[in-house]
Amino acid sequence: MRRYGGFLVLVALVVLAPIVFPGNYFVTVVGVTIAFNALIAVGLNLLMGYTGQISLGHAAFFGIGAYSSGLLTTLMGWNAWLALLAGLLAAWLVAEMIARPILRLKGHYLAMATLGFGIIINILMVQPTHITGGPDGLADIPTLTLFGWAIDSDIRWYGVATGVMLLGVWLALNLINSRIGLALRAVHGSEVGAQMMGVDIERIKVRVFVVSALFAALAGSLFAHQQGFISPDSFSFHFSIELVVMVVLGGMASTYGAVFGAAVLTLLPETLVVFEEYEVLILGAIMMGIMIFLPQGLWVSLSQKVKQIIASNRSTTNPSAIS
Amino acid sequence: MGEVFLQSLITGVTVGSAYALVGLGFAIIFNASDVVNFAQGEFVMIGAMSAVSLLAVGLPFVVAIGFALLITVAIGMMLEKFAIEPAKSATVVSTIIITIGASIFLRGAALLIWGKNFHSLPAFSGEIPIHLGSATLTPQSLWVMGVTALMVLLVRSFFKRTVTGKAILACSANPMAASLMGIPVRRMMLFSYGLSAFLGGVAGVLIAPIAFTSYDAGMMLGLKGFAAAILGGLGNPMGAVAGGVVLGVLESLGAGLISSGYKDAIAFIILLLVLFFKPQGLFGRAGSDRV
Repeated sequence: MRRYGGFLVLVALVVLAPIVFPGNYFVTVVGVTIAFNALIAVGLNLLMGYTGQISLGHAAFFGIGAYSSGLLTTLMGWNAWLALLAGLLAAWLVAEMIARPILRLKGHYLAMATLGFGIIINILMVQPTHITGGPDGLADIPTLTLFGWAIDSDIRWYGVATGVMLLGVWLALNLINSRIGLALRAVHGSEVGAQMMGVDIERIKVRVFVVSALFAALAGSLFAHQQGFISPDSFSFHFSIELVVMVVLGGMASTYGAVFGAAVLTLLPETLVVFEEYEVLILGAIMMGIMIFLPQGLWVSLSQKVKQIIASNRSTTNPSAIS
Repeated sequence: MGEVFLQSLITGVTVGSAYALVGLGFAIIFNASDVVNFAQGEFVMIGAMSAVSLLAVGLPFVVAIGFALLITVAIGMMLEKFAIEPAKSATVVSTIIITIGASIFLRGAALLIWGKNFHSLPAFSGEIPIHLGSATLTPQSLWVMGVTALMVLLVRSFFKRTVTGKAILACSANPMAASLMGIPVRRMMLFSYGLSAFLGGVAGVLIAPIAFTSYDAGMMLGLKGFAAAILGGLGNPMGAVAGGVVLGVLESLGAGLISSGYKDAIAFIILLLVLFFKPQGLFGRAGSDRV
């Protein structure tokens, strides 16, 4: 149970926020975006933080989910849930297809390949104007209905988005503590070493890539229905970078860190509206600063500090507790 | 078909020359410090935008370009000093994020200084096109190709013949041994970033009369330069140059024969195919993993 203490705190935060601040813009509107971003970041963290494989193209999977939902519901008149499933299926197929050749690459080559993949998918959203609406995007995407109950208000979306996010966090925590999680960390430590110990590294990397793609696609589908409008800008290279920053800002290989990073990075532009033209500059400075001074990430560094302080307090009050 | 081919070839070599210069810069920095510098494209933008501004202030053309290149070199060195050097023991992922952060930072600064408007430089020697059959060649294209070729030759002989060039190569082979031999490794690093920024700035000034430049013009150019460096095999300077020209030609052929909207997609599809089937690049040697 102790293992999931952090999870209970997160659930409490999510549930209490709209009760303490009812109708607050930062909770019910920005909160939904945070939940979507956190879901993607938690998935990406499985790939980057635990398996050590960088992806500079995860916005593509977010986009595949969003455009599948958007196109199938508006052009083909599909049921929204069916469209969401189709989006997941599409992301799964694409991920499965590219994962094997892409994950054979390492370091800078992997970065370049995922980046190229993301840009290609983004261009496929912009160019076929007659289907996707081109740079202007796709409008009038219907909202979701759950057993005849339309998810049509901010607070309802808050419930759905955070619910799905919590589910994602729960899945990720369980995955990390499973045998697969141990294998992942072995791959991160040393691929050759992991292979020697009998880990099928190629299969495990592909699996995690697919899981992270599905997290992103799910967030994408929900995002499309929640916004009612999507355009290629939301799925560009820039967003892929922001996703990486969320993971890194929190601290790699920390699921709560990914949630924290997503929250900070989503809130940042909202609070910087006053300095709108400084937003790009500040984002760049944060990326450099964190990596130079806190390479372990803000969340991980902070929680280590807290643990240290607690530990030192304990040892001064109870000298026999040193272990 | 023939005309499309010839025209695409001319455009491709011109654009490819710019990619080649950016790719060459990538290769130099990668060799010196094992860092892939995602801010390389911003050097192109800074070179071009500074030249535009200095020209607008009223400086003579050559002086404006000279100062613009100096500014670019200074920014390249500051990048090394303030962002790369403090993060000495960073992992590959960390350095990627640092340099992407630097590129976003520089783009943000450019946005503040120059706004969102598009700018361009006047052509170096007139706009009267030269006709080659049904295709046309602008004098500026000749400038781009000529200066690029000159730069490539200079860089090549710099690494082959000068003591400083050889010292940089020694640092990339083994920084520890190099410093024991009395080579100031940090200064060589600084020099490499300066040189790389200089090449980026030159590319920027050269293509500014052809392509409009704006605060965010550097991103795509940087990515293409990175693609060129990967195509040529990372860490192989002449491979990067060849990779740049190949990329430029294939991309404009694709644009001419298929659709210009898919130009960038074509470039990256080629890149993915090369990575999938020949990950060491077109001109690189295969390596093996160290445990």
